[in-house]
Amino acid sequence: MSAIYILWWRELRRYSRSRAQLVASLGQPLLYLLVLGFGFGHVFQRAGMGNYFQFISPGVIGMTVLFSSIFSGLGLLFDRQFGFLKETLVAPISRLQIMIGRTLGGATVAVIQGLIVMFISVIAGFRPQNILSIPMAMGFMILIALCFAALGMAIGSGLQDMQGFQLIMNFLVMPIYFLSGAIFPLVGQGSIMSFLTRLDPLSYGIDGMRNVLGAPNAAFNPILDLIVLVAVGFVLLIVGAWRFSKIEA
Amino acid sequence: MIRVQNLVKTFGSFTAVNDVSFDVAEGEIFAFLGPNGAGKTTTIKMLTTLLRPTSGSIELDGLNPQTHHNQARQRFGIVFQDPSLDGELTAWENMELHGVLYHVPTKVRRQRAEELLKLFELWDRKDEQAKKFSGGMKRRLEIARGFLHTPKILFLDEPTLGLDPQSRNQLWTHVKNVNEKEKVTVFLTTHYMDEADRVAHRIGVIDHGKLVAQGTPREIKDSTGTESLEDAFLKLTGSAIRDESASGADQLRQFAQMWQKGGR
Repeated sequence: MSAIYILWWRELRRYSRSRAQLVASLGQPLLYLLVLGFGFGHVFQRAGMGNYFQFISPGVIGMTVLFSSIFSGLGLLFDRQFGFLKETLVAPISRLQIMIGRTLGGATVAVIQGLIVMFISVIAGFRPQNILSIPMAMGFMILIALCFAALGMAIGSGLQDMQGFQLIMNFLVMPIYFLSGAIFPLVGQGSIMSFLTRLDPLSYGIDGMRNVLGAPNAAFNPILDLIVLVAVGFVLLIVGAWRFSKIEA
Repeated sequence: MIRVQNLVKTFGSFTAVNDVSFDVAEGEIFAFLGPNGAGKTTTIKMLTTLLRPTSGSIELDGLNPQTHHNQARQRFGIVFQDPSLDGELTAWENMELHGVLYHVPTKVRRQRAEELLKLFELWDRKDEQAKKFSGGMKRRLEIARGFLHTPKILFLDEPTLGLDPQSRNQLWTHVKNVNEKEKVTVFLTTHYMDEADRVAHRIGVIDHGKLVAQGTPREIKDSTGTESLEDAFLKLTGSAIRDESASGADQLRQFAQMWQKGGR
């Protein structure tokens, strides 16, 4: 138990230490939120889809949580390169404990990042439908964070160098983001797009947030969002733990 | 305390450790010597549960590290050849984290961490991030950390690499100290033959993955008819320089590895 705690604590400590990383990681979501959010406003309104800023805010919050959590898992690569991974692997604790501690730590950081972006979006004009919807949205953030921290862990366990990292970024993280309907509505898409977007777990996370926050153009039932996320999260955590247990240093 | 029998580790077609057997008694300081790429670190990795042996058996304090990971890990401490600190954390936090991972009770942990940081002259800078330390300081911190929990077996993989003579002296004095007082068994590797000669009770020489000599420093010198351990070592392992990627065969091997799947 204490081992899980100390590894969780380490992730938070590292997060609070690196101010530069904190600012850098908020830059991209803010760009999407403010530039796209306001830039597309007119077109979106005229197309009869409602307020675009209301629509994109949950999407950008989801994106922030996605990036932050998946990178925490990929952080395994850096720990491998800087050698710290070995220190935990030879400690008298199980691989599962290490995996859980790291995943929870990464997920916590991701949720904090998501809350910061939510806070900024509210300042910029985003209005959740009521005060209760904020903790519910946070619940979806936690689920997204756990899913992708575990996915990052599963991938990070096999990554040996920086080239692999770029590959994951371009062929996994960005598609997950763009196909999630974070920046465009999932309703009324053609069959190929509908199919692809439905394969993306993040779609359900962001859609769930849209549902509970009362943002326009939610595509699915919130209960479906919840069930899919929990199920996918469960599977990814098992895969992550399994992949992590196979690491040899 | 450590019993290794017919240990083999192969990576593809390359045999890193080839049928190695040795015993280290409780309270003994055993030096494992060999040129670069001889299989020292691979052996340590197998002893410390980081790698699975291809075949052969290992016993640490009567336990098989393959089946009893955690019990075995609780019994040893290790100072790695390459860095393993978290650079973002301070020296103190690195110690704390290690202590918690090894289940050292809070009071003992704090007290020992303070003693060790003072011993290795890092106490004044305990609240600085490890990444800001010089190479020697990082090394000292790793060593201090290795002593934090009181292991039965201490693995030191080239611990004095990059240390100045003062720190080296400090380290060996401390190693001898815990060996005598706490009966810690020490398994070390080094490239400094004089250190091995001075500290080790027994020595094993490994070359190309095979154990080529074993015995007390005296025995090894006598059996090769040499005056110093350095000469004995050169006589046993030859004077050709080994660089792991020097030969054409090695390059080919590397090339072949590139095409194999990465996740080893």
